[in-house]
Amino acid sequence: MQVMLFFPELMLIITIGVLFLLSLSNQSKAILKVVAYGGSLLSIIAVLISFKQQGVLFYGVYKIDLFSQVFKLILTSGLWLIVCLGKDLKGIEEEFHSEYYFFLWTSVLGLVMLTSSVELLTILLCLELSSFALYIIIPFRKRGQYREQMEAGIKYILFGASATAITLYGMSYIFGLTHSTFLKDLSVTFPSMIQNENLILIGLILMLGGFFYKLALFPMHFWAPDVYEGASNETTAFIATLPKVAAVALIIRFLSLCSISTAQITTILATFAILSMTIGNLSALVQQDIKRLLAYSSIAHAGYVLIGLFCMAEGMSAGIYYITGYLLMNIACFYVVYHIGTAEKNVTIDDLNGLYKRSPLLAFTLAIGAFGLAGIPPTIGFTGKLLIFTAAIQKGFYGLVVIAVINAGISAFYYLRLVRAAYFGVEQTLIPFRLSFSTRCIALLIIFGILLTGIFPQVMVETMNRAIQMIM
Amino acid sequence: MEQYIQYVIPNTLTYPILTITIMFPIIGACIGLFISNEKILKYWGLFITFITATISLPLYTHFNLDTAKYQFFEMYSWFPYLNLDYVVGVDGISVLLVLLTTLVMPLCILCSWSYIKERFKEFLFVLLIMESAMVGVFVSLNTILFFIFWEAMLVPMYLLIAVWGGPRKDYASIKFFMYTLLGSIFLFVSIISLYIQTKTFFIPALMDHTYSFSFQMWIFLAFTLAFAIKVPMFPFHTWLPAAHVEAPTAGSVILASILLKMGGYGFLRFCLPMAPAASYYCMPYVIAFSLMSIIFGGYLALGQNDVKKLIAYSSVGHMGFVTLGIFLFNDEGIKGAILQMVNHGITTGALFICVGIIYERTHSREIKDNSALGMMMPMYVTFLVIFSLSSFGFPGTNSFVSEFLVLFAAFKKYKVIGFISTIGAILAATYMLRLVQKMVWADSDGHAHHHDDSHHHPLLDLNSREVITLLVLVVFVFWIGLNPTPLLKIMDTTVVHLINQISSGMSLPCTPVHAQLMNLDSTINTIITF
Repeated sequence: MQVMLFFPELMLIITIGVLFLLSLSNQSKAILKVVAYGGSLLSIIAVLISFKQQGVLFYGVYKIDLFSQVFKLILTSGLWLIVCLGKDLKGIEEEFHSEYYFFLWTSVLGLVMLTSSVELLTILLCLELSSFALYIIIPFRKRGQYREQMEAGIKYILFGASATAITLYGMSYIFGLTHSTFLKDLSVTFPSMIQNENLILIGLILMLGGFFYKLALFPMHFWAPDVYEGASNETTAFIATLPKVAAVALIIRFLSLCSISTAQITTILATFAILSMTIGNLSALVQQDIKRLLAYSSIAHAGYVLIGLFCMAEGMSAGIYYITGYLLMNIACFYVVYHIGTAEKNVTIDDLNGLYKRSPLLAFTLAIGAFGLAGIPPTIGFTGKLLIFTAAIQKGFYGLVVIAVINAGISAFYYLRLVRAAYFGVEQTLIPFRLSFSTRCIALLIIFGILLTGIFPQVMVETMNRAIQMIM
Repeated sequence: MEQYIQYVIPNTLTYPILTITIMFPIIGACIGLFISNEKILKYWGLFITFITATISLPLYTHFNLDTAKYQFFEMYSWFPYLNLDYVVGVDGISVLLVLLTTLVMPLCILCSWSYIKERFKEFLFVLLIMESAMVGVFVSLNTILFFIFWEAMLVPMYLLIAVWGGPRKDYASIKFFMYTLLGSIFLFVSIISLYIQTKTFFIPALMDHTYSFSFQMWIFLAFTLAFAIKVPMFPFHTWLPAAHVEAPTAGSVILASILLKMGGYGFLRFCLPMAPAASYYCMPYVIAFSLMSIIFGGYLALGQNDVKKLIAYSSVGHMGFVTLGIFLFNDEGIKGAILQMVNHGITTGALFICVGIIYERTHSREIKDNSALGMMMPMYVTFLVIFSLSSFGFPGTNSFVSEFLVLFAAFKKYKVIGFISTIGAILAATYMLRLVQKMVWADSDGHAHHHDDSHHHPLLDLNSREVITLLVLVVFVFWIGLNPTPLLKIMDTTVVHLINQISSGMSLPCTPVHAQLMNLDSTINTIITF
């Protein structure tokens, strides 16, 4: 059953086809909503059905294993959450709604395929598929003035193109030295070459640079605040979460090629991680715009994830666990931002004032998200940090962990600012938010997700660990 | 279970008493969210906390005095990936603190009866979550579980100050949060390093392990920072007066009675048994800081005009006796320290309730606005005097026993320390008597300065709810004061075991600082004999 291997992707492609047809005619919003909800749910089911599948497709460039399936599950669930989060697409121009979903799905398709790609050119292709779709949807924002979203779009595409160029440049080094673009060939030649060939190290780091761009990690982080600020809330929720998950998958694939972590790679990546955490957290302290604040916080979290990734084995599964938690907690924050924000104006911390009186549920969701990001138990953010720091100390990176926990302490300050504003700010208006029943259910789902995955991590971590062992 | 059995005694009761004690307030809190009538809600809160206290009572009656092992032990598999299980149990040290927690909580509800005027539902929710977390901290036998409860306590306490606090609640709450978080992030790192060294999070197993001296030093410093902030020890005490002054009465009571105890508990549970050599090495410094806490706390309390601030600074002094007693490393010192923790919880908690009661009537915490109460509120004044006497360790009250034990231990070990800490005890008498004199009788100029409205409406004396609240604590003041033996017996075996643990790990020779301390001591000895 070859088709079973490709089932989740097929599901996404079918939905894309339907969305394309819908975009040709002037369809009612109700049908579009049904397609979006149904399509994302069906893709989750498709991943679950094909969860245990293993195999290789397309002449060896596309590999289905537990590792890729775990990521596909995270990505499709993330897509469903984002569709639920921005269910009215109130930040997007009315006429573009079906196109918006079309490009969103295309981007997810690219990300999903990225997790299964095991050949350099295929990886590049999928990366571009997901990126180009994203470049297009950023300017879809509904707004009187087009300046900000256009600026964000241009920045994202220019920096994205440069990042791709850097990745390609790195790939050319690797291909030139190893004469292969297949990861399974690389895994044979890499370990011996990396010890005595500095060029391959340069190639690897350059190639990873492109993925760091997606992850918004130092030194490829500078686009994040502006793009977050310019894009609409629902688009930002997407950019802030799913591409990062896929980037983590790719980085793990490449780092696991080295089989043993080498000192040079570790040193370089540790430097990036430290700078990313520190720059992100210190910059976030002074932000007023919540999306900019979350952008800097995501830069900091990319640093924590990277610590896990270069610790190999247990660290990598901790990294996957952490990025899943990051996805959930960020969606919690963006859920609140989406609901209190308007299309025209970005949400600032002052807008949160009195949120508790206007909608206790929104305030609580924000509090859980923010405390989770700050790493306070019993959330998934805490358990993720525990696993990552355990892996890092296991490898003897005491200094790194101390820097990371100090950073976590700094970050608590600005996350607390959000909670303080929501609970104790002096309110300017007391108009309550009316949330529909389904919206409330989503909020509760996110809250329980953050708490339960944090308190009972065993199943998740076990699965992720098996996935990592499969590719090591 | 095999890896635990050598350290524990499985629960002899037919039901999981500790888990029920932890879970009951949480469940009560969640049900409370669906009650909209405020009056019912108050009784509901009282009911839940009272039942929790009743549930925890068998911990005292069924406690096995002959063993230092952890009792009422429960284990459930939780996160096998990290060799992490849900393990809870109590020994002679923690059982008293658990009982103190469950005793104080109903009183917190009672003292908030009319004090909390808005958002009572949320208040009750936060308070009950807090109770669960506090019990959890004392019964966890697993460092991660301990840490989770430790941190989980932070958010409700922060909310307690930030929502229901006084005018400067914003500043006080964030200071409390950031200070405690700063301490706990290093706690987190040392918990993980301990795990990497031993492959276990189980606290008794971690105590059994021997670590290299440099490793001990690192974890000792990390632990000490966290616990010294919590105690709070000089110079980390500055968050305490701010938090106390701004917190509502119940918040102050919880803070003083239970939260501060976690610092002392942490020293006993982590620092001493896990890093004995480092503890011995750092002993002179910790004692020096404890003495500074005692002296500075007392000295600063002497100059306060705000009653709550005065009691807050007195807490710093009292808790200085706790850390002093712990780091004397002898039987009397540690027992005195544990007893002092319990006593401070009772007495200072009661004093904060007293302040809350008068604040509800005069809306001021300044001493000058609350002077000459003796004429109007005789019952109130009686209670105030009893607790004040207890606070500075008047014979017959509870604090006398514990402070006497600590002073005795200090004189036994190093006389110089005994002399210095006596100054603190005298200071305590001075500032408490000054407070009592001004509040009961009048200002030094002989005139009472009341708020204008209080002249028109004479202050009402205690109502029956307030009398019951304070009466419970008075019973404990005299019961422990006159008959401390049952409590000392409970901790006896555990403390002896703890001292064995420390002395077997302390094979280090004297450092120059210790030698100097001993020199100084022998000099004093010669002076005395002269």
